[in-house]
Amino acid sequence: MTATVSQPLRVVGAAGQRGPLLQIEDVSLEYRTPERVVRATHRVSFDVHAGDRFVLLGPSGCGKSTLLKAVAGFVPPIEGEIRLDGERVRAPGPDRIVVFQEFDQLPPWKTVKQNVMFPLMQARGLRRAEAADVALHYLDKVGLANFADAYPHTLSGGMKQRVAIARALALRPKVLLMDEPFAALDALTRRRMQEELLALWQDAAFTLLFVTHSIEEALVVGNRILLLSPHPGRVRAELNSHQFDLHSQGSAAFQQTAQRIHRLLFDTPAADAAAGTDIADAADAADIPPRTAQAR
Amino acid sequence: MTTIATTTSPSLPPLRPEYERELEPFTATAVARALPLRQRLWQNSGLRRAVILLVLAALWETVARLQNNDLLLPSFLATAQAFIEGLTNGELLSKAAISLTILLQGYAAGIALAFALTTLAVSTTIGRDVLDTLTAMFNPLPAIALLPLALLWFGLGSGSLIFVLIHSVLWPLALNTYAGFRGVPDTLRMTGRNYGLRGLRYVLLILVPAALPAIVSGLKIGWAFAWRTLIAAELVFGASSGKGGLGWYIFQNRNELYTDRVFAGLAMVILIGLLVEGLVFRTLEAATVRRWGMQR
Repeated sequence: MTATVSQPLRVVGAAGQRGPLLQIEDVSLEYRTPERVVRATHRVSFDVHAGDRFVLLGPSGCGKSTLLKAVAGFVPPIEGEIRLDGERVRAPGPDRIVVFQEFDQLPPWKTVKQNVMFPLMQARGLRRAEAADVALHYLDKVGLANFADAYPHTLSGGMKQRVAIARALALRPKVLLMDEPFAALDALTRRRMQEELLALWQDAAFTLLFVTHSIEEALVVGNRILLLSPHPGRVRAELNSHQFDLHSQGSAAFQQTAQRIHRLLFDTPAADAAAGTDIADAADAADIPPRTAQAR
Repeated sequence: MTTIATTTSPSLPPLRPEYERELEPFTATAVARALPLRQRLWQNSGLRRAVILLVLAALWETVARLQNNDLLLPSFLATAQAFIEGLTNGELLSKAAISLTILLQGYAAGIALAFALTTLAVSTTIGRDVLDTLTAMFNPLPAIALLPLALLWFGLGSGSLIFVLIHSVLWPLALNTYAGFRGVPDTLRMTGRNYGLRGLRYVLLILVPAALPAIVSGLKIGWAFAWRTLIAAELVFGASSGKGGLGWYIFQNRNELYTDRVFAGLAMVILIGLLVEGLVFRTLEAATVRRWGMQR
């Protein structure tokens, strides 16, 4: 890892390997409350390579979401640099599309199809017919082709997140940013969404930067995990997890790695690995039913 | 205590056998059935409103008959007769047309100004201060109080009427629109910026549709204020450029003690209000905020 950091930019190696796609270098972030300025992360560095499923993992208060927002361009770093393809990140842009945790990321005045078409037309300059074709293609990939003309408020939480993922993939961003996208879903839906995300990655091999507070989700979704310590967020470790998938969850190696991560984050061995996989309170992941269900 | 289910430990529930069932296709009764006709009819808000109007008309007729003084309170039927008479000889319609023409001009100008002011307010800090200060100053000021001044500046024409109409529409609409803009969820704002939208496109494509419930309610309030102001202004100084509108019609007939025509004029004002509410605003809401699930 340290070897790649010291490599110069965009070096094409002997095997045709390029340098890292996304470089985060000594980035410190702060956010402001009315009373004080809080340091969210302190001198965090890591590299994301093309095709990575890179996971930022840490307890609440480790600044992982703020870090993701900084990569998206919403939060300017107070020191350090974020570079995408060698270019410094200064503002939000459609080359880094974010899938948020909140379900209100889909403009409610647009149908599912229009929601996917909207950024294609606005940010990529596609014509209506082209955008519609692309939108339907990606909606088909996430299994929502039949709901193309439905409005977001009639969809369940999982379906809304699928639309958000389809929208992000349709834009073909250089890096796809996901901020705890499945945290507000119920456990069964979450598992299915993880499965689908991995299938989509197999299919399209996009670069993913994924924030989560669940050790289990990190191991399943990621191929590389950055562990952050809280208050302020600092790098604790960087691990490989490419060997795990949804079917290795019960395996001894999986449990061992989960316990190792737990120890790294809390400096105490997890008494019960199964119960200790979720770092934050379950209450964080409030289960929000679709609005139509409330209206009844 | 090694025995599990003895009668001496009532706190433990009994051990029950497990069971599984093969489920056959559900045919016992229809899964969904229609509501009874009476409930379906009562769900129609148009019908409910018609019933309310009928009750009010009956009440009016009864009180007028008991009162038995046509000069003070003509009966509902007498008013209806005067109303139909006014419609057939075209007087009421032409007066209403004069009022509506001026009203629409002032309303449109007020809306345009309100959008310019709120767009400025969301884009710059100084714009926000300008809006805050101006609405705090002018919103409490009754439009009719500006009429003498308007007459001085713009003369006895429709110019001064339009001036006071703008004043009555601009401030409540600007306040509502701005409150709507501020209520747009952060996630939705970030989504818009993520697409690279900014400036006027950001306001028109993200903020305006997202704030539409508040904007529509501002439009309704503005419409009502404009009507009141116009009728009051016509009552106060009557004809504009030789031709009077509905307010003038009411004023003239009161002077000549045609109380039933006064009521017919008032009924026309009410009817136009009901029509605009029922046709224009209801249709607008049904096609937008209701359809999008932003309002029930």
